[in-house]
Amino acid sequence: MAKPMHDTPNLDELEKGPWPSFVTGLKRLAKENDMAVDLLGQLEHSYQTRLGHWKGGTLGVVGYGGGVIPRFSEIKNPDGSYRFPDAGEFHTLRIMPPAGMHYDTGTLRQLCDVWQKHGSGLIALHGQSGDIMFQGASSENVQKAFDEFNEMGFDLGGAGPALRTSASCIGAARCEQSCYDEARTHHLVINKFLDELHRPALPYKFKFKFSGCPNDCMNSIQRSDFATIGTWRDNIRTDEALAKKWFAKHGMNELVNDVIGMCPTRAIQIKDAGAVAKDGHVSSVNVSDTQALEIDNKSCVRCMHCINVMTGALQVGKDKGVTILIGGKSVLKIGATMGSVIVPFMPLNTDEDYENYLDLAQRVMDFFAENALEHERTGEMIERIGLANFLEGIEVDIDPNMINRPRMNPYTNMVGWDEEVAKAEARKAAA
Amino acid sequence: MAQPQIRKPIEGFFDNKKFLHPKFAANYGNWKYHDRPRPGVLHHVSNTGDEVWSVRAGTQRQMDHYTVRKLCDIVDNFGEGFCRFTIRSNIEIPVSSEAKVAPLVAELENNGFPVGGTGNSVSMVAHTQGWLHCDIPGTDASGVVKSMMDGLIEEFKHEEMPNRVRLSTSCCEINCGGQADIAVVVQYTKPPKINHDLVAAICERPTVVARCPVAAIRPTIVNGRPSLEVDEKKCVCCGACYPPCPPMQINDREGNKIAIWVGGKNSNARSKPTFHKLVAAGLPNNAPRWPEVNAVVKKILMAYKEDGRPWERMADWIDRIGWPRFFEKTGLPFTKYMIDDWRGGRVNLNASAHVRF
Repeated sequence: MAKPMHDTPNLDELEKGPWPSFVTGLKRLAKENDMAVDLLGQLEHSYQTRLGHWKGGTLGVVGYGGGVIPRFSEIKNPDGSYRFPDAGEFHTLRIMPPAGMHYDTGTLRQLCDVWQKHGSGLIALHGQSGDIMFQGASSENVQKAFDEFNEMGFDLGGAGPALRTSASCIGAARCEQSCYDEARTHHLVINKFLDELHRPALPYKFKFKFSGCPNDCMNSIQRSDFATIGTWRDNIRTDEALAKKWFAKHGMNELVNDVIGMCPTRAIQIKDAGAVAKDGHVSSVNVSDTQALEIDNKSCVRCMHCINVMTGALQVGKDKGVTILIGGKSVLKIGATMGSVIVPFMPLNTDEDYENYLDLAQRVMDFFAENALEHERTGEMIERIGLANFLEGIEVDIDPNMINRPRMNPYTNMVGWDEEVAKAEARKAAA
Repeated sequence: MAQPQIRKPIEGFFDNKKFLHPKFAANYGNWKYHDRPRPGVLHHVSNTGDEVWSVRAGTQRQMDHYTVRKLCDIVDNFGEGFCRFTIRSNIEIPVSSEAKVAPLVAELENNGFPVGGTGNSVSMVAHTQGWLHCDIPGTDASGVVKSMMDGLIEEFKHEEMPNRVRLSTSCCEINCGGQADIAVVVQYTKPPKINHDLVAAICERPTVVARCPVAAIRPTIVNGRPSLEVDEKKCVCCGACYPPCPPMQINDREGNKIAIWVGGKNSNARSKPTFHKLVAAGLPNNAPRWPEVNAVVKKILMAYKEDGRPWERMADWIDRIGWPRFFEKTGLPFTKYMIDDWRGGRVNLNASAHVRF
């Protein structure tokens, strides 16, 4: 039995309404756990003052430099003691979940047991970087909790100027649009850079994210320094039975308005069945006995729209791989930036492919570590030094897929033009 | 004296295979198509003819262990022992027969977990920590989200929007909640208040000076002690100086406002990914239920629901109808603060004779 509850008139308002209430959950914890009682007290105080009242600090587990988020209450009595003493120390452990955030119930219950014993019992599934956040441990219990999680096979996530915990979509496990093994790639990358993750020594944070197709369910272009997105080089595949089934249900208006009309590059046309182009770069499928869809795969940008609408009838191709975009980040300091294309296509099937991929990741990480200023993200560094210099540094050739359009101003010295033309010719010859 | 034994961590990120539902493992990389038999249920079919139904339900994200255990009970009794979470904190419970779907849906709903969040619905809000755990928060996240989702639960449970709607909430301008169709983000309106007694002891001054995006911070001496000063005419009230220097308090009970941004899109489908744009600000940080914020979010959503065409995301809809009609349809005031004057911002001006009347 825990100590008596604080009055929480503001938080009580958040128990009303049909959506699951985190306050109701905290109150359940408060029946057995003094830390949760005082957390409710502190949070109610924030609701009343409309200000946050936590400060950071330095705390970790043996062997690691990051992964624990220390929080100490700033609400003190006149004598300097904590006003909500049992939540005076309320640290978070970031723990990396299995790729794709899959669990069996036995594991989830065991995680609950550990956190009920050593922490507040409050668990966020999951934080914005993709960690399980075990919220609320005293300084003394951080190590104990970590040791038990670690014995289960779980490891701490990243924090501070370090490689951060990554995230990958459900991908190959359940999605027909998956173009590579997201979980395997995720797994290999984190294990390759564990030292960067656990011992913060980079200029600033560095994030990888893995999406199986350009729908980018992991928001990797926007949210990661190094986005790996599945794609394909050959033609969109078609399935006539499913295409006819779709058309019978949805009809011509939806086919024209929702599929053909929304293709961003006008790569899809409707044709009379039997009159489709016989070109190696054309995909076609009859939607009825009289009409067919014709897709010009040379104009297709792999946006996924038609495949999303006509799932199964249209499918991603077979020559699959990944597109890599670098430099996504949020607001600080130059404003939010999206990642931009660095590798238009890289196959990711054989062990050798994976080696090439990991080598590139290593070169990017090394270049970032050596050249970024303190507190500068990859995207800001590229903006500062220019993409061409970055590419030279990571030994990647330029490609017109990297740009929206060529330069629109003359302000650069082009004295090396002839050499660059020779390089372009050499690239063409090597392709 | 014997040293206490120090346990060394076992470093490494494990393989996820043992956590996969058997149907996921058996058909790994071999799926053919999917459909949605009802909102909240995904039905996937593999090339071998295997089928799996995944039931998706909303959670409160910040879960007490009792809630997690309750979900485990549901997974064990009505599912097949495996589950996963989406990045919007929805749980997905796979089952290998269609007959198990209805009882599982009923059990989730009976226990207060709304089933939905698939397809063209409003999914759960991606959000940050806020007053519950962040050291620099301007508002709470869980509370804003709880009050918002209370009002949007029917839109979560039904697929009645033109396309999927992704929401986010962020407790400061750093925007950890991310880009979204509609994003609720704290907007500071006052420059930091500096506690000059503490700056010298706590802050590394050159670091703080370097953090400012508009070079408004200068080293100075106050009462004989090193401190920092802010050129308030230059200051854009972003709060970037506050994390490295807590004595530069940016949060203010009345000065913290809430802004609303729309049309962020991460997917590459149709248009390229794009950032969200400012459409409302100055809303009060009105805990515990933020009614003014929720009213604006709902107004935007209803305008989109009524006028958007099938498959148009918020950004696609606005691209078609244009900003003047967006402001007309939502009734939101267009102000000078929405005209971008940050570097490169001229690219956001209309340099054409494309004008809508």
